[in-house]
Amino acid sequence: MKVLHDTWLIFHRNLKLMLRSPLWVVLGVSQPVVFLLLFAPLLKPALATMGAHSQAQAYRIYVPGMLVALALAGGLYAGFDLLRELSSGIVERARVTPVSRLALLLGRALRDVVVLVVQAAIIIVLSLLFGLTVSIPALLIGYGILALITLTSASFSYGVALKIKNPAVLGQLINNVAQPLMLLSGTLLPIALAPLWLRDTANGNPFNWAVTGMRALFTGHPGDPSIWKAFAMLGGLAVITIAWSGRKFAKSVR
Amino acid sequence: MGIIEVKGLAKSYETRSRRKTTRVDAVAGVDLDVAEGEIFGFLGPNGAGKTTTLRMLATLIPPDAGEATIAGANLRSQQAKVREAIGYIAQGGATTDDATAREELVLQARMHGISKAEAQRRAVAALAAFELTEYADRACKTYSGGQRRRVDIAMGIIHRPKVVFLDEPTTGLDPQSRAHMWDEVRRLRSEGMTVFLTTHYLEEADVLCDRVAIIDGGVIVAEGTPDTLKREISGDIVTVGVGEDFAEKAGEVLTGQDYLTEVEVRDGGMLRLAVEDGGTAVPRVMRTLDDAGIATSTVEVHRPTLDDVFLTKTGRSLRES
Repeated sequence: MKVLHDTWLIFHRNLKLMLRSPLWVVLGVSQPVVFLLLFAPLLKPALATMGAHSQAQAYRIYVPGMLVALALAGGLYAGFDLLRELSSGIVERARVTPVSRLALLLGRALRDVVVLVVQAAIIIVLSLLFGLTVSIPALLIGYGILALITLTSASFSYGVALKIKNPAVLGQLINNVAQPLMLLSGTLLPIALAPLWLRDTANGNPFNWAVTGMRALFTGHPGDPSIWKAFAMLGGLAVITIAWSGRKFAKSVR
Repeated sequence: MGIIEVKGLAKSYETRSRRKTTRVDAVAGVDLDVAEGEIFGFLGPNGAGKTTTLRMLATLIPPDAGEATIAGANLRSQQAKVREAIGYIAQGGATTDDATAREELVLQARMHGISKAEAQRRAVAALAAFELTEYADRACKTYSGGQRRRVDIAMGIIHRPKVVFLDEPTTGLDPQSRAHMWDEVRRLRSEGMTVFLTTHYLEEADVLCDRVAIIDGGVIVAEGTPDTLKREISGDIVTVGVGEDFAEKAGEVLTGQDYLTEVEVRDGGMLRLAVEDGGTAVPRVMRTLDDAGIATSTVEVHRPTLDDVFLTKTGRSLRES
């Protein structure tokens, strides 16, 4: 009960502060939008091997991958915001109160989920103009996958930021985690093109299952086993990451 | 029975340079006993261990060794109770640029588990008490240094703690804001709170604090009321200026004179003499120096300050370090 109350408190505050500078929500979504527009002419020929015979089919493959990339990257870079809060004493100020430590993490990570929901909506609406079609139930299930990804990536980023206080080092580390994960998830390039060993590696990557599941949803196969596999793997990963990062919030911060 | 009781509190940090790992004792066994309703000052140079001690007492970092009770709650085993009883105001402040003072106060109260309606009531009262009502709904980034500091203190006491920890409350403030802040600290005490503050300003410790502990190198070197501490240095301090060229010689001449308890040659051709009684010592010092053919340019007699206490205990001046 206390965790929920405190999570709401932290979530509400962080969301309110963010709405005062909405610029970076827009900036965060600008890169995917540019990708959407610039890559559009290449999509059909590039994704022909994956069964894209029309522009609309190409978008059904491309957009889900991009949404996963957006959720992954958006969450991973959330730690920078925490670094700023750490140096201005806000985290410490919370830690001398009896506020739930888990709430300090969850309130922030859930704010990041809301940001992602807005960003994803922008991408999807734009894609509809390009001929993407998706059913509402499939979209809602897809949002579930994206929310789990953001919870995980943001929690991970916060935990790392509490350990590595140097923004330059944090940036490098996040980059080094993000790039291979994106490749191994086939977010932008289809993993089907990869050699066998790379595909085997990707099979152990929950985010790859997320991309596969999202594509199944967007191509109208809501019963595809990749969807529940994605939920199971991402759910497990989210729990582990939140537990680890929550402990970092509870432990001392120098 | 003090409201803050500390026994053997210690903390060391590992610092790594190349291959060597060295342990640095930030706090090396501190004992304290602070009475309820006191303004207790922790005086020492930067890096003496003041902030580390304060952060340990505020439950922010775990001590390596030692025990402490704050308002009857054990620092190690009853952290939640300690947090209820204390307010902590960090040196750098803790306001958010984009938030308003009212929002910050309400949030702080609610993080302490106070209901929304009550939190809003307390915020209004705190804004009035700290003369912030006028700016209550403006973003904190538009505030002056003194105003922001007042928001910090208002946040630190919004849950009406018994003990308030203030880390360097007036560092970086102009003299007027500093005087204002001293009044605020006294007001906290008059409302029944015990104030534990750190400072490296001698005047602040002397004028504001009921009792002072002087810390250097992680160890408390003296403790008492400012007056007792100064009185422990018996007699007065005489400072004599003789010029760079004669300082050494003057030191030799004066060393061993029975009415001088201490002779020290300082930079700039100055001598610092500890004497029983300044009034009778000065003529004798002048005569001794005159006999040795040394002319004095300046003579000054003053009562010992806390800096003299620090100097006596550590061999260094707080002003220099």
